[in-house]
Amino acid sequence: MEKRIKVIVAKLGLDGHDRGAKVIARALKDAGMEVVYTGLRQTPEQIVKTAVQEDADVIGISILSGAHLELVPRVVEFMKKYGLNDVGLVVGGVIPPQDIERLKEMGVDEVFLPGSSLKEVVEKVKSVASRKRGIKVES
Amino acid sequence: MNRELLKKAIEGDELSVSRILTKIEYFSEEGMEYLEELSARAGRAYTIGITGSPGAGKSTLISTLIDHYTKEGLKVGVVMVDPSSPFSKGSFMGNRIRMQDKTMNKNVFIRSLASRGFLGGVSAEAIMLIEALDGLGFDKIILETVGSGQTDTDVVSVVHSILVLAIPGSGDEIQALKAGIMEIGDFYVVNKADKPEAEALYDSIKFAIESGETFWRDGWKPQVVKVSALKGMGIEELTKRLREHEEFVRGGGLFEKRIVERRHKLIELYLRRKLEAVLEETLKENKTTLSEYESKGINLNKAIREVYERFKQRI
Repeated sequence: MEKRIKVIVAKLGLDGHDRGAKVIARALKDAGMEVVYTGLRQTPEQIVKTAVQEDADVIGISILSGAHLELVPRVVEFMKKYGLNDVGLVVGGVIPPQDIERLKEMGVDEVFLPGSSLKEVVEKVKSVASRKRGIKVES
Repeated sequence: MNRELLKKAIEGDELSVSRILTKIEYFSEEGMEYLEELSARAGRAYTIGITGSPGAGKSTLISTLIDHYTKEGLKVGVVMVDPSSPFSKGSFMGNRIRMQDKTMNKNVFIRSLASRGFLGGVSAEAIMLIEALDGLGFDKIILETVGSGQTDTDVVSVVHSILVLAIPGSGDEIQALKAGIMEIGDFYVVNKADKPEAEALYDSIKFAIESGETFWRDGWKPQVVKVSALKGMGIEELTKRLREHEEFVRGGGLFEKRIVERRHKLIELYLRRKLEAVLEETLKENKTTLSEYESKGINLNKAIREVYERFKQRI
């Protein structure tokens, strides 16, 4: 059977705004992916542990609190600690453009700013899954 | 097969467990070798199935059961099935959300699974994961079915104890008397029992059970229990009765019997999946034939027979 891309969509940290994350999760579902939605206020370690148990191909983080430079590195740290070196990490939310490079240097594969189209998100998640996990995706 | 990976999984390394489960759920050759090994070690875990309509509180109830069993020092595995889209084949799996606080507990392993075309509430993949978790030494394995409709009763052949969740305000006595899901429970759990309609629902189910013995599974009289999973109400009573049921199952020689049934069901569901593929191919192949029949005025009965013949040949 053909492997489906499995994605965790999680809200990181103290941030109660989940509409965007739900819209993204739904778009990924509509693109044929199997999405595990964790809900609000997840700690970095919780998110990584979830990805471990679910054997996710990509972790998608939504963060609108402004704490991305504090919390995303913690996610990366735990991914290393738990051995998820081959798992993709994408981050979306209210992120100042000047932070994109810093996030990517930390190990984030893709960053989505407000206004990103769902099509772009889907395509990039697919290409991350393909690059990191070798999953074949139809173009 | 990667022996090292299997060894690490058996020793409890979560990532190894998880990666093995993925190989198994995709029926890969390597996965089937792991399943073979783990199945040989399986047959010890006590399995509980939770079913009920979408929004009945299945995941929330599981969360309270996890608390209960981990406090007893047990290792708990959870397999939850959510629907796959018939259109995109994707899935939005949101069951974990009710138990995310258990993720950090080292004695709990939770896995979400998309139904991938299986109807009936349970999939072949789900049974294989139960088999694997059993072989990996989990003490209790909880299976959450897809939010069920009236005929989603496959869970009956998969687990030792079945809890059917019912929610107040979802129908009258007639619903409780109908065939299907209201026949399969070892327990009917009236969840959200703090709602005023809970009493009426409780009485309806009670009446349905009292009115005949047909659906006593292996001689167990089904019980009705009122709980509020969210508020923790009635959970102690429910787990006490679950323990009684477990004693009944173990004492009556049913423990092994149900594991055998589960394995039969796995084979059945696997065959159904294969059959489904043949069915799809046959239909695709005959699309033009069928429309030709229409335009040439040949009757439907004949068309059905011919397509059926080709279907049989394909099998």
